[in-house]
Amino acid sequence: MSESRVPEEEEGTVLFKVPLPKDLGALRELAPLIIKHHYEIDYIHSYAQDSPFFAGLANKRLLGTRCGNCNYTYATPRAHCMECGGPCDWVDLPQEGQIHTFTVCYYGSEAFLKETPFILALIEFPGVDTLFLTRVVGLDPQASSLDWIGMAVKAKFRRLSTFRPTDVYFVPIGT
Amino acid sequence: MRPVYAVSGGVSKFARARPELDFRGMVKEAYDYALTDLHLTPQRAREIVDGTICSYFSDHFTRQLKAGSMVQDYLGLCPKPGKRIEGGGATGGLAVQSGWEAVASGRFDICVVYGFETMSRVNTWKGNEFIALASDTNFDYPVGGFYSGYYAMMVVRHMKEFGTTVEQMALVSVKNHRNALHNPYAQKRRQITIEDVRRAEMVAWPLTMLDICVMSDGAAALILCSEDGLNTLHKATGHTPLPAKITGVGGGLDAMRMADRPHGEVILLPHEKPEDYRGLNYPGVHSFRAGRTAAKAAYQMAGITNPLEELDFIELHDAYTSSEIQTYEDMGLCRYGEGGKFVESGTPFMPAVDYGYHFPEQGRIPINPSGGLIACGHPVGATGIMQGVFALWQLQGSIHTHFGSDVLQVKNARRGAIHSHAGTGTYVVISILEKGE
Ligand SMILES: [Zn+2]
Repeated sequence: MSESRVPEEEEGTVLFKVPLPKDLGALRELAPLIIKHHYEIDYIHSYAQDSPFFAGLANKRLLGTRCGNCNYTYATPRAHCMECGGPCDWVDLPQEGQIHTFTVCYYGSEAFLKETPFILALIEFPGVDTLFLTRVVGLDPQASSLDWIGMAVKAKFRRLSTFRPTDVYFVPIGT
Repeated sequence: MRPVYAVSGGVSKFARARPELDFRGMVKEAYDYALTDLHLTPQRAREIVDGTICSYFSDHFTRQLKAGSMVQDYLGLCPKPGKRIEGGGATGGLAVQSGWEAVASGRFDICVVYGFETMSRVNTWKGNEFIALASDTNFDYPVGGFYSGYYAMMVVRHMKEFGTTVEQMALVSVKNHRNALHNPYAQKRRQITIEDVRRAEMVAWPLTMLDICVMSDGAAALILCSEDGLNTLHKATGHTPLPAKITGVGGGLDAMRMADRPHGEVILLPHEKPEDYRGLNYPGVHSFRAGRTAAKAAYQMAGITNPLEELDFIELHDAYTSSEIQTYEDMGLCRYGEGGKFVESGTPFMPAVDYGYHFPEQGRIPINPSGGLIACGHPVGATGIMQGVFALWQLQGSIHTHFGSDVLQVKNARRGAIHSHAGTGTYVVISILEKGE
């Protein structure tokens, strides 16, 4: 795609001094002063009761949870059942499923811009009541079509775990 | 519960950036407009307002915690009580309902609901990141957290399930941008075509830049009263306000992760039958159970049994063209799955505006006569309150006064609805307003 304008940059002029008029009444007309303010922070985040899922990924296992009370099975795990409030147990999910729905992201949050275009999909598994959000790799993003829905896909795992949900991704079966 | 009336409102222009005013200044502008419309001075308002509700979504955008306290002192309303409401995209609609609760309960006779967002303070893609933090940060955000991506996945399933087309979605964009040509408060005012929408840059397939609302700075204020409050206003100003009565409120929530939406049976509205939906897995990711739950409760309270027949207009939360179509269905204006055909028929367009297309049933129930979020902009905490202000003006018949033209006035508007929506359908609220007697 050809761009017909110069990309905007975030860097502006650094301002050191601004003149003031003698008549303070004229300050109502002063253009707003805009400064840049940097903000950065490291959070110490515990996965807490969701931790086993990430430990599973590090061992090439895709773990969901199942309610011990009503048997409802979650592809995206939760320690307590949304349907009945009972405690859930950890279970292995099938590593093969189908694309339930998907999109191709050409833009994204700033953190993911450099990875575009990428394919986001919700995967459904046989015998599992809820879905799993993941990236699909191995399809041509430009060839997106509703026919991708229902496509059989299988889980692949990063060799070196980063303890993020992207340690697992899905590829079409046969690739 | 006591009857609650909306009596006046104001909107501080929604724009890409408003560097000349901070959140306090923008709310002040909207509040002063609402007071002027009531012939009320800020000094007199200070004496008779009982309390406030403050609405803003993101502390990340504001970088000022407890910003509500700062608005309150800027408006000169200290030491009166107030509180801040937050509920994602639905923040404004939730705040209106909180104001309703405060008045209905008898706590306040005159309540000011005000809201704002200042989204220009970071670049668009950082802004998208802030908004995506309103998705599960363990499982959703790190995979590619991007709300347009989530909505695209929902409508892709809607297309597969029901045959909805991108051209039908584009018609929503044509309608809302065109309506906004006559709304001076709107951020994007243009006449566009279906082809323009489809040729715009792809954001998340199949949604283009013109299928998606933009980020904005802006504020809005809405004044709610009891019957005693109406009398107090009359005594204070010598003028009789032109009120709209809030006759129904409804709300609903759904699981934060769209991956967790269960498959069950459709929650039916009074005019629907179980046979309408045999074999439909509901809500899945194609429909909003929270929206349906909100509609059911609001309609029941207002005594509405067939919304298409009994509502004259709706201001609804069209963050995406696709979610406007999905919301037609949640609100029971058509059956689930028929939202695409509903817009194609022309039903939600203004009856007398030329959109450049011919429709068989143009204008039966105008949806987003103001231009909605897609054209007005979406400074989150202000948006739902703006809808309340526009709905009040429709019911007063005062669109001409406030917009400078009658084009967007829904003729003989007696009953309207406002709809506010958060997350991937996680908080939804609907309020019904009716012309006062
Ligand atoms: Zn259970």
